[in-house]
Amino acid sequence: MALKIVKGSIDRMFDKNLQDLVRGIRNHKEDEAKYISTCIDEIKQELKQDNIAVKANAVCKLTYLQMLGYDVSWAAFNIVEVMSSSKFTYKRIGYLAASQCFHEGTDVIMLTTNQIRKDLSSPNQYDTGVALTGLSCFVTPDLARDLANDIMTLMSHTKPYIRKKAVLIMYKVFLKYPESLRPAFPRLKEKLEDPDPGVQSAAVNVICELARRNPKNYLSLAPLFFKLMTSSTNNWVLIKIIKLFGALTPLEPRLGKKLIEPLTNLIHSTSAMSLLYECVNTVIAVLISLSSGMPNHSASIQLCVQKLRILIEDSDQNLKYLGLLAMSKILKTHPKSVQSHKDLILQCLDDKDESIRLRALDLLYGMVSKKNLMEIVKKLMLHVDKAEGTTYRDELLTKIIDICSQSNYQYITNFEWYISILVELTRLEGTRHGHLIASQMLDVAIRVKAIRGFAVAQMATLLDNAHLLTGNTQRNGICEVLYAAAWICGEFSEHLEDPMQTLEAMLRPKVATLPGHIQAVYVQNAAKLFATVLQKHEGETDSQAAQETSQLLIDRLPLFVQSANLEVQERASCILQLVKYIQKLQQKNVEVAEEVTALFAGELNPVAPKAQKKVPIPEGLDLDAWINEPPSESESEDEKPKVVFAKEEPKHYRSRHTEVDEKELARRREVRKQEQANNPFYIKASPSSQKVYDAPGVEHIPVVQIDLSVPLKVPGMPMSDQYLKLEEERRQKEKAERKKKEKKKKREKRGKGRKADSGPESEEDITPAHQVDIVTEEMPENALPSDDDDKDPNDPHKALDIDLDKPLADSEKLPVRTHRPEVLKSPAEDRDSKSVPQETKKKSSKEKKEKKKDKEKDRKRSKEEKKKKKKHKEVEEELLESQPEEAVQSEETKEAAAPPTSTSAEEVTAPSSAAAVDTSSAAAPESEPDEPKDTEPEDTKSSKHKKKKQKKEKEEKEKKKKKRHHHHHHHGDAGGEDSVQNGTVEEEEPLPPMSNYSLLAENSYIKMVYDIQGNHQDESKVVVSVIFENKSDSFLKSMEFNVLDSLNSKLQRPEGAGPHDGLTVPFQLPPGVSNEARFVFSVQSIVMPQKLKGTLTFIVKSDESSTHEKLDFKLHFTCTSYLITTPCYSDAYAKLLESGDLKGSSLRLEGINMPFHHLLARICFHHHFSVVERIDSCASMYSRSIQGHHVCLLVKTSDQTVSIDAKCDEPSLLGNVLDEIKQTFSKC
Amino acid sequence: MIKAILIFNNHGKPRLIRFYQYFLNMQLQIKHLCTNKMAEDMQQQIIRETFHLVSKRDDNVCNFLEGGSLIGGSDYKLIYRHYATLYFVFCVDSSESELGILDLIQVFVETLDKCFENVCELDLIFHMDKVHYILQEVVMGGMVLETNMNEIVAQVELQNRMEKSEGGLSGAPARAVSAVKNMNLPEIPRNINIGDINIKVPSLSPF
Repeated sequence: MALKIVKGSIDRMFDKNLQDLVRGIRNHKEDEAKYISTCIDEIKQELKQDNIAVKANAVCKLTYLQMLGYDVSWAAFNIVEVMSSSKFTYKRIGYLAASQCFHEGTDVIMLTTNQIRKDLSSPNQYDTGVALTGLSCFVTPDLARDLANDIMTLMSHTKPYIRKKAVLIMYKVFLKYPESLRPAFPRLKEKLEDPDPGVQSAAVNVICELARRNPKNYLSLAPLFFKLMTSSTNNWVLIKIIKLFGALTPLEPRLGKKLIEPLTNLIHSTSAMSLLYECVNTVIAVLISLSSGMPNHSASIQLCVQKLRILIEDSDQNLKYLGLLAMSKILKTHPKSVQSHKDLILQCLDDKDESIRLRALDLLYGMVSKKNLMEIVKKLMLHVDKAEGTTYRDELLTKIIDICSQSNYQYITNFEWYISILVELTRLEGTRHGHLIASQMLDVAIRVKAIRGFAVAQMATLLDNAHLLTGNTQRNGICEVLYAAAWICGEFSEHLEDPMQTLEAMLRPKVATLPGHIQAVYVQNAAKLFATVLQKHEGETDSQAAQETSQLLIDRLPLFVQSANLEVQERASCILQLVKYIQKLQQKNVEVAEEVTALFAGELNPVAPKAQKKVPIPEGLDLDAWINEPPSESESEDEKPKVVFAKEEPKHYRSRHTEVDEKELARRREVRKQEQANNPFYIKASPSSQKVYDAPGVEHIPVVQIDLSVPLKVPGMPMSDQYLKLEEERRQKEKAERKKKEKKKKREKRGKGRKADSGPESEEDITPAHQVDIVTEEMPENALPSDDDDKDPNDPHKALDIDLDKPLADSEKLPVRTHRPEVLKSPAEDRDSKSVPQETKKKSSKEKKEKKKDKEKDRKRSKEEKKKKKKHKEVEEELLESQPEEAVQSEETKEAAAPPTSTSAEEVTAPSSAAAVDTSSAAAPESEPDEPKDTEPEDTKSSKHKKKKQKKEKEEKEKKKKKRHHHHHHHGDAGGEDSVQNGTVEEEEPLPPMSNYSLLAENSYIKMVYDIQGNHQDESKVVVSVIFENKSDSFLKSMEFNVLDSLNSKLQRPEGAGPHDGLTVPFQLPPGVSNEARFVFSVQSIVMPQKLKGTLTFIVKSDESSTHEKLDFKLHFTCTSYLITTPCYSDAYAKLLESGDLKGSSLRLEGINMPFHHLLARICFHHHFSVVERIDSCASMYSRSIQGHHVCLLVKTSDQTVSIDAKCDEPSLLGNVLDEIKQTFSKC
Repeated sequence: MIKAILIFNNHGKPRLIRFYQYFLNMQLQIKHLCTNKMAEDMQQQIIRETFHLVSKRDDNVCNFLEGGSLIGGSDYKLIYRHYATLYFVFCVDSSESELGILDLIQVFVETLDKCFENVCELDLIFHMDKVHYILQEVVMGGMVLETNMNEIVAQVELQNRMEKSEGGLSGAPARAVSAVKNMNLPEIPRNINIGDINIKVPSLSPF
């Protein structure tokens, strides 16, 4: 072993550190992947070593590799090991790695609970800080539940550094464990007025995050925030508060009114742009919320708009951007005030910055009216031509369509103009939005009956010139338009001037190169056209034309019958046979036109988007019930639902298609990239060339810039511009006419039609050029009117919608680590306090009855978890001893022992190692948190060397057997008092049960047992936990606990209380019930044991009388009670011993007749030590006092003689501790 | 909330990544279907996409960018600054003030400058861990922890001093390890007095 260690440390000199790794990677640019894989192998070797420094170094390197995209989750366990190092340097590395690569799915996270708890309560503020920071990144619901109380305590830490971190992390805890919000909220609120500005800022931050999602619960804090806003000078805090008010005002308009004034003052006074901007934003929010109630806030609106204009005109692009952003918020409620700045916004469209142009576009959306729509769209069309990037151009395109189609084409007066715009848009190079244009064309043609004639003519031209659209491969996206064109021409073919020509155009051989779904539409609509042609020629004497048409179809359709696309093939062959049959009939001079037309009769109306959802479910129909028995899974996979009616829902069909296309493309691209990356002959593109690529969909296509100075013109297509002129002329004419009329008519009539928010010239005045009747979307009969809530059901913030003003119920308290004497008792104590545990259970059962149901659920869940956990590696299982599983197990054992009371349920709510630590330590000191660490290295190794592992397992089994043997043996000696527990306790707990509680005092009414624990956070405080048990049949109340203070130890009393006042015990005891109270004592010197005299006074109340009683007691503060179990690594331990600062002492115990591990367990448990290292019958142990004294023990045993060599930097403390150890063993 | 902090250079090489939210591919939202490798790939994809978005922007345009498709959602924004060879990108949601975050990036970079003395890309390359430690004092779990540069620097330095007093990562007490192991070796006489082990180590850390 030693050799291995020495070898390890020699190896280490040659180990790479992070810098070496980085250097290496930089020196191996050509074969980086290969180099890194060798490095990972090295790291794996390093992680196998025992030396924690080597491990930490390896983990540090892994963190770097994680950044480069390497999966390092396999080292999660090693990361936990490094996290649990006692050295800050390593701990920090461990937590950093954990925060980078742990997430909710990481299973080793559950091993960290105790470690994190230990770090949180570390006396070193940076240990705590590092743990908080790490935890903030990987907190899980389990961790949040188990640690909520610890973190809450830290919120009142003495160091502001810890306080602010603890406050911030509470937000994460709330998210993961919403139950903690209510209990923690009062303290969080307190922190809003913390003296430290950092803590205050953190609290504001957390509450703002909470309030943003569920503002209504935080309205009651408004006055407090208002005070903060007027008093704080910290801009960060101010910004947050002002943002928060922005979220609160919509709920409480009165708040808004109060805010206007201070906010306006801030706007005038502040020099910080960020603050000014947020103020303006909140004022806008206030005004929006007031818009209905108070009409006259034009001054504030003016101020905002004016300030925003200043921002937009600023040369700083950031301010310009934000100005536009805020402007768009005003636009929603006060469009008029924004519309007056149209010039400025149009100017922004020319900005070189894309973000700004996009913002300006957003604004335009809200600024259009019937009057200026054409003008604005014309401007946009100019930009479309100029735009260089596809992304921006696509954005423009969608915006144009959005602007025009908003609220049911409300602003379009001339649909001919709109159709021509759409047709013009089809000229766009390589746009991805072909389907968008297509669906607009379809929508307009279907819903605006008056425009069909014009639309059909345009579409026919489009079809005729289809080669212009499909000729270039880059125009892929745009050929979607042909889908719409073909369908419109077919469906409304009665409007076609020359159906024959269109039919011919639709059956050109080139069509076969189009995507399948478009061809299918072509074929189907060719049939419709055919019907039209037939009908046209039917009446004529010369049947030549009709027969020619049939022949054309018979000639051309076979091309489609051969199509690879099933849909096309099926339709084509079907129609081909039909036409052949018709031709036969035609030759017999039978009139067929009517029958053929009947094939395509009927009107197709648009369906409202939510129509399907709104169909009410008929009574008695259960949609979830199986109609037939569910088919086997493999079958259902084969049968994918086919799209049957592509025609009726073209949008869906198409989008699905393109999606597949994109996915497929992405996949191929990925594959190609991989190939290229692996191909040494492939010349990789330099990164700068990537800039040319724009849309991800066309990344692999080399972009050739086409000079578009001469706009492409599709012959025969009208330019939309002409409509502008026409429109103007028309309007002028109308105006003139109207003026004439007006003279005759009274003014009132005109006033009637005016809308409140329309532009200076009433919109109603502008009459549409065509008689437009927009077909409304169809809804199913008796559709439900209610609008569905579209909220995301998975939103974590939903759970945080909690009323915070209700007083806290007892059941809501956070799970706290409590002593659990009822779990298992020491034989000695069992005699005295036999009835205690049952009583406790009863009490808690009353308290918890209501919550039982929820807990049952929890319990089920945790049991499921348990099942999952069982699958884990054995190594982990070892560590699990002090983990939730343990809690569950111990719970089970209890259940077996006693009838299942709700105590068990309670156990499960806190399966938290919170309880588990104490449970397990009470049950089996071997599972003390530090113990697992001790065995870690061995175990890790074992998991890696399988052969070794097997051997070890055998050994372990043997050990266990031995242990069990000892265990029973021991019980035989002890007299088997606790045989009940003995029967149920599994092999995991081979040790006799022990309890730290010792008797304080007892009389016929009451019994008190107590335990003293060092306080982790404060070096001068200890907590005395006293369990009061009512032994009488009467009710005990008004209990007062008082102690005569000594110079050294004082009971901490509330402020204002005199030094001799007693403390009221915060509960009453019904007969037979016990409960625990805690008292804090401050101590100065801890080197000597001490006894304090005290008295408990109480009133015994029975049915007939009530009497005052008192009970005297002596509190014994042993030196042991000042020790805190602190883990220690062997290297640190060695260093400590070498330092020479420690004084030695020793102790011999004769006639000890117990196995060595029992001996150690007793020392660990009763005297708060931890085992550093144990070999055979020799062990080193460590503990630390609350004031930082180190106590080291070397315990050796041979033949019933135990010798303890001890060292400590405080000799008298050591002497006393040794005396106490001696006493412990003399009792046995 | 800050969702992620990315630092990469002009060529898109990551220099520091810090995700405060666990991003998964939209199609693989179901947790147990998502392996760790996928999560790493997702992070790399986000870095690539962000670089792609940010790198094609001139230096004289605004520093805000509506989020990419991967981080997703209209609520997200990229706020970035470009210093010499490095991009500092913060992905934030609407609860953060845009200008405030810009200031924060400035504070962070100035802090780096103070801690590294004329910080340059090489410092970030070779001391990623230290940069992380500094960042941890500025942002915690996606929320702004401290904006006062002096306070940040002071805390960072105190922790560095602590690390130094422990001998740092390189100077671990290898000797002490073997010493303590020897103590328990069976070959050595059982009756060791602890007092024998008395090798002086110059400075003992107060732990």
